[in-house]
Amino acid sequence: MAKEKETVPGSLIALTIGLVVAVISFWYGQNNNLLPEQISEQAPLVDDLFTVMATIATALFLIVEGAIVYSLIRFRHRGEDETDSEPVKGNFPLEIFWTAIPAFIVIGLGIYSVEVYNQMGGFDTSGGPQMAHHQHHSVEIASLIDRDVSAPLIGQAGIEEAIEQAPKTRPDYGIGASPQDVNNPAEVVINVTGLQYAWLFNYPGDNITSGELHVPAGKDVQLNIEAKDVIHSFWLPQFRIKQDALPGQMSQLRFTATHTGTYPIVCAELCGAYHGAMRSQIIIHEPNEYEAWLTENRVATGTDQPTVAVNPQDLSDSDYLEPYAKEMGINADVLAQIQP
Amino acid sequence: MAQAQIPIDSQINGAHQHPEAWSWYHYFWYNTDHKVIGIQYLVFSFIFYLIAGVMALFLRAELYTPDSDLLDPNVYNTLLTNHGTMMIFFWIVPAAIGGFGNYLVPLMIGAKDMAFPNLNAISFWLNPVAALLMGVSLYFGGAQSGWTAYPPLSLITNNLGQSFWILSIVFVGTSSILGAINFLVTIFKMRTPSMKWDEMPLFCWAMIATSALALFSTPVLAIGLTLLLFDINFGTGFFRPEMGGDIVVYQHLFWFYSHPAVYLMILPIFGIMSEVISTHARKPIFGYKAIAYSSLAICVVGLFVWVHHMFTSGTPAWMRMFFTISTLIVAVPTGVKIFSWVATLWGGKIRLTSPLLFAVGLLAMFVFGGLSGVTLGTAPFDIHVHDTYYVVGHFHYVLFGGSVFGLYAAIYHWFPKMTGRMYNEPLGRVHFLLTFIGANMTFLPMHQLGMQGMPRRIAMYDPQFAGLNQLCTIGSMILGVSIIPFLINMIWSWGWGEQAPRNPWRSLTLEWQTTSPPAIENFDEEPILWAGPYDYGVDTQMEDDEETVEELLATVKSEVK
Amino acid sequence: MQGSTIDTATTNYNGAVVSETANESEHGDYRLLALIIFLASESLMFGGLFAAYLIYRGSAGAWPPEETEVEFLLPAINTVILISSSFVIHRGDVAIKNNNVGGMRLWYGLTALMGAIFLGGQVYEYLNLGYGLDKNVFSSCFYLMTGFHGLHVFVGILLMLGVLWRSRRPNHYNEAKHTGVEMTEIYWHFVDIIWIVLFGLLYVLTLL
Repeated sequence: MAKEKETVPGSLIALTIGLVVAVISFWYGQNNNLLPEQISEQAPLVDDLFTVMATIATALFLIVEGAIVYSLIRFRHRGEDETDSEPVKGNFPLEIFWTAIPAFIVIGLGIYSVEVYNQMGGFDTSGGPQMAHHQHHSVEIASLIDRDVSAPLIGQAGIEEAIEQAPKTRPDYGIGASPQDVNNPAEVVINVTGLQYAWLFNYPGDNITSGELHVPAGKDVQLNIEAKDVIHSFWLPQFRIKQDALPGQMSQLRFTATHTGTYPIVCAELCGAYHGAMRSQIIIHEPNEYEAWLTENRVATGTDQPTVAVNPQDLSDSDYLEPYAKEMGINADVLAQIQP
Repeated sequence: MAQAQIPIDSQINGAHQHPEAWSWYHYFWYNTDHKVIGIQYLVFSFIFYLIAGVMALFLRAELYTPDSDLLDPNVYNTLLTNHGTMMIFFWIVPAAIGGFGNYLVPLMIGAKDMAFPNLNAISFWLNPVAALLMGVSLYFGGAQSGWTAYPPLSLITNNLGQSFWILSIVFVGTSSILGAINFLVTIFKMRTPSMKWDEMPLFCWAMIATSALALFSTPVLAIGLTLLLFDINFGTGFFRPEMGGDIVVYQHLFWFYSHPAVYLMILPIFGIMSEVISTHARKPIFGYKAIAYSSLAICVVGLFVWVHHMFTSGTPAWMRMFFTISTLIVAVPTGVKIFSWVATLWGGKIRLTSPLLFAVGLLAMFVFGGLSGVTLGTAPFDIHVHDTYYVVGHFHYVLFGGSVFGLYAAIYHWFPKMTGRMYNEPLGRVHFLLTFIGANMTFLPMHQLGMQGMPRRIAMYDPQFAGLNQLCTIGSMILGVSIIPFLINMIWSWGWGEQAPRNPWRSLTLEWQTTSPPAIENFDEEPILWAGPYDYGVDTQMEDDEETVEELLATVKSEVK
Repeated sequence: MQGSTIDTATTNYNGAVVSETANESEHGDYRLLALIIFLASESLMFGGLFAAYLIYRGSAGAWPPEETEVEFLLPAINTVILISSSFVIHRGDVAIKNNNVGGMRLWYGLTALMGAIFLGGQVYEYLNLGYGLDKNVFSSCFYLMTGFHGLHVFVGILLMLGVLWRSRRPNHYNEAKHTGVEMTEIYWHFVDIIWIVLFGLLYVLTLL
């Protein structure tokens, strides 16, 4: 600590470092390009949260790593000096400072996360108080069926649609309606089934089953997700949403696609040897194209009237899979793809 | 700070019969000396580190190309399951807790041995039995459902391999519980009489927190795995939805242990960090009490964050939010530790020895892992990256960059004490450099892979990710090579290295005040504390070489008499 | 090695060792502390089971499900036997603290007998329930929870027999040196407390 020379005041150095760190952090937070395209309304919310966290993290990273590297260079052991250093054992105000600042940051992040999660629609799935009333219009059934697992569906008002649109019960888990859409049923409801190693998409009103997910852009889509054999996880990376498909329990995802295009659907939970090959696609159409796709496939499947309501739980696995036998082409594809 | 010594009450039942020093063959059989057990743990676990490391190299080699072309997919799953299981249950936990915990705790508190030497030996020998069971499991094809063993996958995949895997983990868990009891009783009851709580080395504080966590969480894992074992073999329906079971219950039981297990693997390492950094920076640890209490805080909060592993599973919204907040709170005590170590370095006279390099490498990597951990703690972002390579990158930063770096630092730091010989410094630095470069090259690109859409635990992936994966694979090969200088260094130095003095680092903790390697009952007479564990630079008289230490001890002893 | 002091050690199923070595008095209080820590850890094992059971109960419609009803009278008698045995074993502890080895042997023998009757009743109940553990999740829980507890009772009986076996040597236990006796008693109380919770969960709660 040579004091004889005139030096730049410490506060000025600190200010400069602070500014540089701030500038780099903001730049990196905005321009890290780590996340893929944003296709859902939830994606910007999640990405903004990540941007904030990345900015704070970059700043902390630079400060801490900078201090480490600086110490290693500036305070390294030199020459023959065998004495110990100044016995500084602590600095209570400093310790309070670096306990309090992270505490504020994480609490702030926590509150922000809750808000983002609410905006994403995370709070609507468990049937909060506003959902507890039971005067059903048949259209609303899909989102209003009593969540009690044991309650038989028969005895609910508007049975037909109810059974048709939500074969089991109202999902407990996942992402539901955003705060503005609470009480509004989704415009498109699709049942998703995960099995080793494929996704099946069933369009209940139209008797269509597909190995790829077709949805209209700009429409509120709800997926009711279940698994037949083991746990799978339904992930749309460009939508920033994911939900495990659980055997014996229903879950849901709800989203609005903002662009047309084709994007991957990925299984994210280890589901067996060919887990890596359990991929599919989501194809987002303009609404009129979507209608055309529906019509075409209704014709292709040979019936254009809604099927009888079927509760898959009452059927054995083979019975359940029978209607989909023609869809086994997907599995053959999958196998062809994965076997050398 | 010299304290009056209470004359030792020599053994009531007298005669502990043992040879003057242990011969090599004593290390291969049942032995109740905590130092022998510690070294048994370390060597045993290091063998598994090598095995699990080779598994990882095969995994990375498979991932060099997007297709599944090197390994059969079932073999791939076996390897990924056992890589995780062995690294956790047969390397980090036994090395950090069993190895260094056993070796250091009695020495650091000035005791002759652990409170229950026989129980200690039994705890160790449960591990080879567990390893044998794991071997049987591998013989039958091994567990293939990930180290998490989620049902229903674990119920329908390779039942025999899965069952033996479960038995093996139950044995390790039992060993861990028994070890934890031993540590708590030893630290509470057997400190040398003059040692007050705030004169105890921070490693012992860390061991208290670790042991408490092991005691409270391990039994829950044991019961979860037992239920799984019954479901597989005896037709029970705990995790079979068609019988009224609930697969999410397993996940709660599993993560109630396995999240604290993360702290089991890092808390002892935090203890090691405090010892190594303070000694090699020649400066008192900054904020002793903050570091000691933050271990306990991590222990308490760490028991209430487990659901963040289940944000995309069957977890209702309120739980997702509650556990987001509790998870974020863990960052605070962890941050306190990081800042304290940086402040310890600041203004020190840092010797860039191998242990210090690894400790600083740990610090650098753990900061990154901690920050990515905070992002993972927030449910909305975690929903996107859960079960992706982002998570793989994160936990390798904290478990490889954290725990393994810490273990290396500890091995170099206490090598002179354990073997009585010095290691080779240049080789140690080469080892550090290769490890640091390899680790960052392997694990940093994984974050981007995960965010871009690559899930974990896959043998075949979207070709768009090939470039980054190749980078990871090359990095992992560097990591593989980095072991070579380490092995040469250890084997050569152990056999033919320069004789180590009793206290080559001029450290102040008690284990350095006895001979290297320590005598069988550690200290010739009950040690006397003449300084706090980190009082570097406090009294300039103290910093001469070891002769003075002995003289001082002698003077104090004569004063007492 | 402390080879000379490694003698008979009772190992329970979990590998926990209640080692009655010659240096008992030296480490007596340590062993009590260790046992209490161990039991705290054990209680979390049961805690995990109880929590799982309550979740299953909460998400099921009828509990217990059809065809898996449980007895009440026999378990209630069993409960009375087990709970009174806690008082009996305490008499044994009081006896040894008054240096009355004979009394201790009597009371511990009686406790072991009561434990054995409890286990017998348990087995009788298993044989007469008419369903196995693979019937549904309730039956799985029922058998596993009572079975796991039964294992603990069995270990407790072994510990008591161990105490009785050792006490045949004169002055092995006396009013100053009886850690093994005390540990057995604490363990037995623990087994009892667990049973009370189990009885509430499996029998009383299913009646409601």
